[in-house]
Amino acid sequence: MTRFRNPRNAELGLGLLAALITVGGYVLVELAKQSRTDQAVELPADLWIFLAAVIALFVLAHLVVRKVAPEADPTLLPLAVMLNGIGFVVISRLDSNLGRIQAIWTALGVAGFIAVLVTVRRTRVLERYKYTFALLGIIALLLPLVPGLGAEINGARLWLRLGPLSFQPGEAAKVLLVIFFAGYLVDKRELLSAGSRRIGRITLPDPKHLGPLLLAWSVSILVMVRQKDLGSSLLFFTVFAVMLYIATNRSWYLLVGAVMFTGGALIAYQLFNHVQERVGTWVDPWATAQTTGYQLVQSLFAFASGGLLGTGLGLGRPGIIPNASTDFVFSAIGEELGLIGAMGVIACYLLLCGSGFRIAMRTNRSFDKLFAAGLTTIIGVQTFVILGGVTRVIPLTGITMPFVSYGGSSLVANWIIIGLLLRISDESKRDAIPDHEAADAIEVRS
Amino acid sequence: MNGPIRRVGIAVVVLMLILIGQVTYLQVINAKSLNDNPRNVRRILDEFAQPRGSIITADGRIAAQSVPAADQFKYQRQYPMADLFAQLTGYQSLTYGTTGLEAEYNDALTGKAIVPGNIVDALRTKREAGSVILTVRADAQEIARTALGGQKGSVVVLDPTTGGIVAMYSNPSYNPNPLAGHNAPEVRAYFDALSKDPSKPFIPRSYAERYPPGSTGKVITSGVALDSDLGITPDSPAYPTLTSLKLPLTNSTLGNFGGGSCGGTLAQSFKVSCNTTFAQIGLDLGNKFPPGLKSFGMYEAPPIDLMRPGAATNTGLRPNSFAVDAPQFASAGIGQQPISASPLQMALVAAGVANGGRIPSPHVAAEIRDAQGATVQRIDPGIWKTAMTPQTAAQVTTMMVSVVEGGSGTKARIPGVSVAGKTGTAQQECAAGATKCPPHAWFIAFAPAEKPRYAIAVMIERGGNTGDQATGGGVAAPIAAQVLKQLLALQ
Repeated sequence: MTRFRNPRNAELGLGLLAALITVGGYVLVELAKQSRTDQAVELPADLWIFLAAVIALFVLAHLVVRKVAPEADPTLLPLAVMLNGIGFVVISRLDSNLGRIQAIWTALGVAGFIAVLVTVRRTRVLERYKYTFALLGIIALLLPLVPGLGAEINGARLWLRLGPLSFQPGEAAKVLLVIFFAGYLVDKRELLSAGSRRIGRITLPDPKHLGPLLLAWSVSILVMVRQKDLGSSLLFFTVFAVMLYIATNRSWYLLVGAVMFTGGALIAYQLFNHVQERVGTWVDPWATAQTTGYQLVQSLFAFASGGLLGTGLGLGRPGIIPNASTDFVFSAIGEELGLIGAMGVIACYLLLCGSGFRIAMRTNRSFDKLFAAGLTTIIGVQTFVILGGVTRVIPLTGITMPFVSYGGSSLVANWIIIGLLLRISDESKRDAIPDHEAADAIEVRS
Repeated sequence: MNGPIRRVGIAVVVLMLILIGQVTYLQVINAKSLNDNPRNVRRILDEFAQPRGSIITADGRIAAQSVPAADQFKYQRQYPMADLFAQLTGYQSLTYGTTGLEAEYNDALTGKAIVPGNIVDALRTKREAGSVILTVRADAQEIARTALGGQKGSVVVLDPTTGGIVAMYSNPSYNPNPLAGHNAPEVRAYFDALSKDPSKPFIPRSYAERYPPGSTGKVITSGVALDSDLGITPDSPAYPTLTSLKLPLTNSTLGNFGGGSCGGTLAQSFKVSCNTTFAQIGLDLGNKFPPGLKSFGMYEAPPIDLMRPGAATNTGLRPNSFAVDAPQFASAGIGQQPISASPLQMALVAAGVANGGRIPSPHVAAEIRDAQGATVQRIDPGIWKTAMTPQTAAQVTTMMVSVVEGGSGTKARIPGVSVAGKTGTAQQECAAGATKCPPHAWFIAFAPAEKPRYAIAVMIERGGNTGDQATGGGVAAPIAAQVLKQLLALQ
């Protein structure tokens, strides 16, 4: 493998490649549209504008990284460009109006990415204000429940409507709460892992240290359940359990988390019709193929019709699946880009998570480790929850496909996550001397 | 903390591998069964988005065509002759699938059946739709419909040598155009209304419904008798002149039409359609009767290229059952219960006589052409059944000519043309609650008798406009004459 002396050059090359693939996809979609009208097929008129815009957006982000985070990991930005690009192409293929909106959100996402890199020069700033972030996170989660502000879309009340714009504050809450958890767990990890009470062979930590954690946890879960957003609820649960496990290296936290989640899921199943529906259609989508199982069945058909190589961009019929541009965007990818394309997208996520966890392992500061691992877990678990849902690995829960699904708040949040990961990565390489929490640096064996 | 991070990382890798496994399963391993799932509308939509070939009548009129549409499907299927051809073309509906010729020749119409001439053709993404040319003539259909005059019933005309159907029309029919619509709720409402219509317009009576053939069945009985080893000829033996025949194994009797008395030779009995003679022949044939019926195709549905199998000709006459079911054999001898047949089947019986005893396989399509108009396939299924020897067929022809010349079917006479025919007045069980029980009126024929061009069956349900006074000779024979006369005048 070629080793670039300067990681930024690698990033530039890979990012340009991703930008070109995006433009190629856009051209294919336009050509397919024209071929349907029986007119002479020609390259879209706005091709050069589009090409310039995509490259400009990437190069801008790249230059900012070059300036403020020169040592950061070179793969994250190109992977984000790749996924965002594929998402944009597929969304504009499904609905060109949504495509335009998604383009604006992409620009806003990159702006958020740049803003994070420029303003957050040190992650310890975030660590310091962890309780503030916790408060903000909980407020963000609660906002959609405020009458007049919240709006219910597709049976879930997790939208905030301000005039024509609607966004999901829950997406911001994800990042905010991960900051809090990382900071809180760093403070308390000794106490949490040592434990002060024994029950049989298990040592339990003092409940007073666990208190704020359980509180934040249960508030978020409760709010999620109130808002009928089970996908996010599952995501939060998993991420917090994983962070607790990483902080303490006590696998029974995972076990307890799993038991708690199972219990919560069983209760939710009893309480909510839509949960029963989702589970029912997962177990046997064919029984309700015309009603509640319609989407899932159509999604399976879409994958099958794509086959190994796909129908080709713009040549399939992903529009048959309701909500193809949000929850079921992966089915559209599977149909038009085939198994090859679907695997390519999964590979992008795999590489993204790989880079994220590598950043977490390479950094010396405990907070950064937890923070990076938490952010990466968000992306990994969210990907699994939605892709597993539309391919019938697990029951379907409405949650966005990171970078790919139509939806502004999610896109901006994911760009911010990439910005934060790059910041951690850059910081860890540049910190020649371990900072005052250098104790962690010794602990490489854990 | 790196240990747990690594383990979490590995867990994420495992999750992604699970996804890859599932996607592989869906897109490759299980793809075929998902693609073939009847709930999968993608295949239907693909067909709707493709140009689809036309169905064209033998006289060059369009029975079905696709025209460009402004909606998502790009093409709209049209049936310019609407109900005149509905029971042949069927329909191509997004909601209810494809029927009739549309289904039977789907591969030809979508271009799938046309083998590409070279590699460039094979690689072309747009398949070129072929067209289907029918043996059926639009003008012949019009003639048949006009002759029926709105009465419930069927007219089936075919070429007795090739089996090519020239006209096959039955009342009531329906307009298939709304079924080809792209607005599902409207299509559904129309379909439901047609399905609930008590006159059952969806059922093509001409080939999918069966009725007792009445005395037209005597053509079959005669053929079987003359071919048998009982020594029966048109002129011997002479059967007794009776008003009714006492049936074995019961106390009941079988009477002649209108209570008259008749008898004599086979030829004499045939001319006046004498029930007692043919019932006696049915009894005389005994267990030889069912195999004879079988050679006329009476135990099966005639094969026809209309997707729907059509009605199997029923005969409750079980082989080797004479010892226990003798009265049934007498009844079968005069074409009554337990025998019932579709109008198509009876037209084929006439065609068999006309064609020297050999019944051709009926078919509606003549050939398949590619997009350039070159013939890629001729439809010529050949002979379906050998019903009689040529000598027997000739003898039956003579008897059938006498029916039209001076027997029960004189109303089928056409000046200057010798017509061979047989009347049938099939008594019917009363409809529920009805006080009068009009019979089905039948006439089967072919013309010209010496060099047959057309074989025909006319069937008017429950006496048509004439009601319970209807007879085959009075109601069906004139319709057959009208149709044959006009068809012979066409060129």
